[in-house]
Amino acid sequence: MDEHQLYTVSIYTENNIGLLNRISAIFQRRHINIESINSSVSEIENVTKWIMVVKLSEDQMKKIIGQIEKQVEVIKAYYHTEEETIYQETCLFKIKSDLLFNERQIQNIIKDSYARIVTVNKEFFVIEKSGRKEEIDLLHRELSVFGIMQFTRSGRIAVTKDEMKISTMLKALQH
Amino acid sequence: MNTQTINAQTKNNQTTERISGSEAIIKCLLAEGVEILYGYPGGAIMPVYDELYKYQDKIHHVLTRHEQGATHSAQGYARISGKVGVAIATSGPGATNLITGIADAQIDSTAMVCITGQVGSHLLGTDAFQETDIIGISTPVTKWNCQITKASQIPEVMAKAFYIAKSGRPGPVLVDITKDAQFEEFDFKYEKCTRIRSYVPIPETDKNSLIAAAKLINTAKKPLIVWGQGVILSEAEAEFKAVVEKAGIPSAWTILGASALPTSHNLNVGMLGMHGNYAPNVLTNQCDVLIAIGMRFDDRVTGNTATYAKQAKVIHFEIDPAEIDKIIKTDVAVLGDAKASLNALLPLLNENSHKAWHQEFKDLYKIEYEKVIKGDLYPTKEGLTMGEVIKEINIQTKGHAAIVSDVGQHQMIACRYAQFNTTKSNITSGGLGTMGFALPAAIGAKMAAPEREVVAIIGDGGYQMTIQELGTIFQQKVPVKIVVLNNEFLGMVRQWQQLFFDKRYASTEMLNPDFVAIAKGYFIDARKVTTRSDLKDAIKEMIASDGPYFLEVRVEKEGNVFPMIPTGASVSEMRLE
Repeated sequence: MDEHQLYTVSIYTENNIGLLNRISAIFQRRHINIESINSSVSEIENVTKWIMVVKLSEDQMKKIIGQIEKQVEVIKAYYHTEEETIYQETCLFKIKSDLLFNERQIQNIIKDSYARIVTVNKEFFVIEKSGRKEEIDLLHRELSVFGIMQFTRSGRIAVTKDEMKISTMLKALQH
Repeated sequence: MNTQTINAQTKNNQTTERISGSEAIIKCLLAEGVEILYGYPGGAIMPVYDELYKYQDKIHHVLTRHEQGATHSAQGYARISGKVGVAIATSGPGATNLITGIADAQIDSTAMVCITGQVGSHLLGTDAFQETDIIGISTPVTKWNCQITKASQIPEVMAKAFYIAKSGRPGPVLVDITKDAQFEEFDFKYEKCTRIRSYVPIPETDKNSLIAAAKLINTAKKPLIVWGQGVILSEAEAEFKAVVEKAGIPSAWTILGASALPTSHNLNVGMLGMHGNYAPNVLTNQCDVLIAIGMRFDDRVTGNTATYAKQAKVIHFEIDPAEIDKIIKTDVAVLGDAKASLNALLPLLNENSHKAWHQEFKDLYKIEYEKVIKGDLYPTKEGLTMGEVIKEINIQTKGHAAIVSDVGQHQMIACRYAQFNTTKSNITSGGLGTMGFALPAAIGAKMAAPEREVVAIIGDGGYQMTIQELGTIFQQKVPVKIVVLNNEFLGMVRQWQQLFFDKRYASTEMLNPDFVAIAKGYFIDARKVTTRSDLKDAIKEMIASDGPYFLEVRVEKEGNVFPMIPTGASVSEMRLE
């Protein structure tokens, strides 16, 4: 058995209602948890791009890519390891404003982590941090000590180091 | 004056007309060549039924007695004809009742389009009367589905529905249409769909894979072909036969692939899988090259995959790339349509006969014949066997009948012993194993191919799951022949209870009604046979009958189907008793 690891799945699709259900059902049916999911426009006009993160074996991953590509409205699907992608996540922390002035340490944490203060008012301030998962985890740990009012984190977005041949493929289809 | 141009212009002008969404649906069906559809009316689909009334001279709607029956009839229609079957139902329970048939069509790759009515678009998501999220419910069991909320979407979506259902690896498609879209008027124009940019129905065949496949086949000492429904779906029977004969390769079938090569063909070595024939199962683990054509290595075919054909090089001819390496790792995958691939393969093959290898199949057949087949077909003990009923049907239909079987012991016996001379003759629920499939499927099959003898073989359990379709047979006067093999048990479950649960027959014994009286209640000629001496005459009477006919055969209560590969065992560990 090959080992389970994190894979970043990139799926290029038509933008149609119900496709999320169709794709998530492929994972659900095999009892595989989706760690994160993001949907956006892509580099190609009228093509949607999904980025999903899942933890499974490469053998499972290959089979699932086959099942995803089989869906009528999926144009192409790829999977990549952590090393093959450049990826980021974004998160927001909402923290009590008194802490910013009473706990000097917080200011250092913000500075050292390259986080950005988005807004400050009397009651609370919000900081934003983009980075890799471990960086955000670290910041979360450090700030938890002081108390976090709200925390939210986005799904992963990623691009691959190698070229994706999707544009060429689409051009060939559009004659 | 250029008449051709004028004609083209006139034709073009005529293509747009202002009609309602519901009339548009009928016109789409007609444009796709639909002659028969199966369904059940209700509130949210009434505008379409109103149009069906107006168009009844052009398109025949068959009122089934349950929406599940409509899907199985559409499946039977599709399976025997190679055309797209169509089922129609209302929203809510009408739509959910289609799901079993849709799931069955999905796993057995049957081309079917289902149309469901939906509550008005302003009511979507309000828990309105008979509202259900049929798009959400049907998503995992459809090849594609789509909801229409505006009449103007109808032509494009319907065209896509038929194209997707039939092209590539076929499958079911569901189109859900809100009631307001059915009433709405718009300018109708229909164009058939021939391409969808995100969809590749038939993958390109790599010439090198064909060369590699041919090389393996030409050097093989003990090749074995295992074929499935892909041969039938791509109508590659002639090309397949040519390949089998030229290379002289023993060939075995999955139950959905049955009838693609006549049963009597000398290279047809029988049925694969759990209750298949002894030789092809055992020798799967002795062949040196295994050539899979249009089949997907179902677990009922492979038994334990850890010990399946490990010694062999595996070649897989397949239209669906997701099937490659899904269950069994292949050495050579030939993607593409079976007809084209086999046609291209033929000239690359050397003529061969593999006589000694073929003899091994004959030797194992002799063992199976002595231990199992003889007793099934020529029993000497009291109590009718299912096998002798099938044998008698073979004799009296001369192997020309299409056999529609349900699910269970009788299905395995029918698949094992039915003689098929013609392709598309074994219509059964393979992947899903849907009890209740056969009676409605036989209706669809007979209506699609009225010239053929259609015999439904059903157990007493499955028969009672869709028995209400006798009403459809009566109303539509469908001359289908129904044989119920009654052992007063849910026989296959009972057999497992006997073998693996120490004979604890939990809820498998059936107290059955008077089946003959029920058939007669629907004015269907009916007869019951309890003794061997009456069997021949009863089947003769059934086959000679012009109309629908019901025959109940009381078979031995605790008969078992052998050979058998127990769950988790290897194909080579098949039990003969």
